[in-house]
Amino acid sequence: MIAVYFVLLIPFGGIVFFAFAGHKADTGKLNVRFNAICLLATIWLAINVLDQNTILSSGKAFLIDPFNVYLIVLTAFVGLTTSIFSAPYMAHEKDLGKLTDNRLKLYYSMYQGFMLAMYLVLTTNNMGVMWVAMEGATLATVLLVSLYRTPESIEAAWKYFILCGVGIAQALFGTILLYYAAVQVGGIENSLLWSVLYENANKLNPEILEIAFVFMLIGYGTKIGLVPLHNWLPDAHSEGPTPMSAVLSGLLLNDALYAVVRNKMLVDGASHSETAGHLMMGFGLLSFLVAVFFLHRQKDIKRLFSYSSIEHMGMMTFAFGIGSSLSTFAALLHMTVHSLTKSAIFVTVGHASQVAGTQSMSKIRGLIKTQPRIGWGLLIGTIAIAGFPPFGVFTSEFLVLLATMHSYPWLTPLLLLGIGIAFAGLFRHLQPMVYGDKPEGQLPIEANLWPVMIHLALVLWLGLAIPGFLANWFSQATILISGSAPL
Amino acid sequence: MNIGHQDFYTQAILSMAALVGLTSFLMLGQGRLLRLIFVFALQGVLLTVTTALTAYSLDNHHLYISAVLTLVLKVMFIPWMLRRQVLLMNIHRDIEALKNNTIIMLGGASLMVFSYYVLHPIVQTSSTIMLNALAVSLSVVLLGMLLMISHRQAVAHVVGFMSIENGLFFAAIVATNGMPMVVELGIAFDVLVAAVLFGIFFFHIRTSIDSLDVDRLNRLHEVDK
Repeated sequence: MIAVYFVLLIPFGGIVFFAFAGHKADTGKLNVRFNAICLLATIWLAINVLDQNTILSSGKAFLIDPFNVYLIVLTAFVGLTTSIFSAPYMAHEKDLGKLTDNRLKLYYSMYQGFMLAMYLVLTTNNMGVMWVAMEGATLATVLLVSLYRTPESIEAAWKYFILCGVGIAQALFGTILLYYAAVQVGGIENSLLWSVLYENANKLNPEILEIAFVFMLIGYGTKIGLVPLHNWLPDAHSEGPTPMSAVLSGLLLNDALYAVVRNKMLVDGASHSETAGHLMMGFGLLSFLVAVFFLHRQKDIKRLFSYSSIEHMGMMTFAFGIGSSLSTFAALLHMTVHSLTKSAIFVTVGHASQVAGTQSMSKIRGLIKTQPRIGWGLLIGTIAIAGFPPFGVFTSEFLVLLATMHSYPWLTPLLLLGIGIAFAGLFRHLQPMVYGDKPEGQLPIEANLWPVMIHLALVLWLGLAIPGFLANWFSQATILISGSAPL
Repeated sequence: MNIGHQDFYTQAILSMAALVGLTSFLMLGQGRLLRLIFVFALQGVLLTVTTALTAYSLDNHHLYISAVLTLVLKVMFIPWMLRRQVLLMNIHRDIEALKNNTIIMLGGASLMVFSYYVLHPIVQTSSTIMLNALAVSLSVVLLGMLLMISHRQAVAHVVGFMSIENGLFFAAIVATNGMPMVVELGIAFDVLVAAVLFGIFFFHIRTSIDSLDVDRLNRLHEVDK
């Protein structure tokens, strides 16, 4: 259990440390070290959970179960690999004169701040603290979106701040209603703790909980990037520094979805109707379908992949909404593979746009000729995210389709159509960027593609065979969420 | 529900709810920024009084801390910061011509009715007084959003944002006698950080577009112009 405190204290130390020493030359490497130690702490925590299944800290402040433990490890892992990428990237941006010492301090300090908020969302047992941490994640990243201080980035950050702030306020209203429902019952101690609420879910008033869930879904849904609350997402992803896009896409969206699913579990326990699931299915499918069409219209490479994130988050929300054991298993797997693949893609995209000196897709050409590793990285990453076998995204999307056919067969054509359109949208942009003629004078840059390769190798591995302990976690989490074992 | 038969505390909460709702409407129709900020501070005072009243009648000490936090943050710090920005930008004499003022006020009224409609199932488990209090808080949240939609000045957006926070706070106090202390401190911390960040943003927006008119933040869009 001590591991939890380490997981939270290390990034906290990071915030303070980098706030004073964030501008030194080797800060990037120190940031990697902080994240590496944190990854070790999360692995320690994971080993504990393997032994004991569910851990509730003394005082019940933290709850670690199979559902959040793999997300915690994933968060630490993506945080580490992104920091490996960010060290030379930010140094390069500083050489280009885009950043000053103070902004580097801010960047590294808030990188750790964001990680802290993410760990807190995942580990806390208190629904109120979860909200506070989620808002904290916005506050930590909002100044990073405007890090370059261009008019566009300031506009993107303002939009991000206002939309997410107002959106997440709805989730707080939902949390208050949830607390109100629990206080109503009476005789429940600490009635904002998830574990307590979950035990007493059948006593809570289902109607109040359903109203609360609507607010939660809108609130946290803004952060997931569900249509029609998604407008901030492409702007924030495209205007901020690329390592930020990688962690926003890979971690923040996942954690917001995690919060929604935690709440859904409470509502399901109370109401036994499928209102919550249907709401999630509706919003998820809408996001999925709207995003795949928007893929075709993009001109900026980071906007392209942020719409792809909306598409995938929509699919996961949809799958959790179906609520059968198979679809829940698929959604859990999809969370993992999407976050690994998408952060790998953003890392490659960051390098690609540094090679070309622009993010505009019409000007990025001939990557494979200039620097084969970046070209191949982008190509393989896109193949993986589009859902080609043998990558993990294929497996999870296939399972989602199977589950849909099983429960709602008439929705399958829509999903298939969407996947097809997304594929076309991604590849029509990708083809010329990777294979096109190399513009004159385009030179390779110093790039560290190890994070990308490791991520893609993991996604490949998950596509071919899911390791036993992970499958075990997924199954246990599935039982926890949907009530029955998958497959 | 006969108001005369309720105890003093309930009556006071009901009138507080009414006053908080009223201040939201006053903000909605306000075109002058300084007056907008003043009404916002007034709403903060009402919240402080409500919190202190609840703390007194329940003999709940941690609510006194919340009351002090509200007083410092929402009555003093945030209004002071916004006022300073407005004076710095020299926009305190501008009167924002609100488009469709009548429609916005009618929209506000219908949002209030909508809040009652949404929360009506609550009546089954508790008193109509609770329905009133919760519905007013929800409508303060929604009116805050409407305020943000109908005003163009970034300062007005911040006021809207913070009044949404006020509505949530009121709900937490009245419905559940305050959230647990950790959560309240967390929320207060978030509000404080948000207020500071808004201050930083005003500076950046001013230096980038030389105005705080958010209609001019229009570079990012899906469709090419």
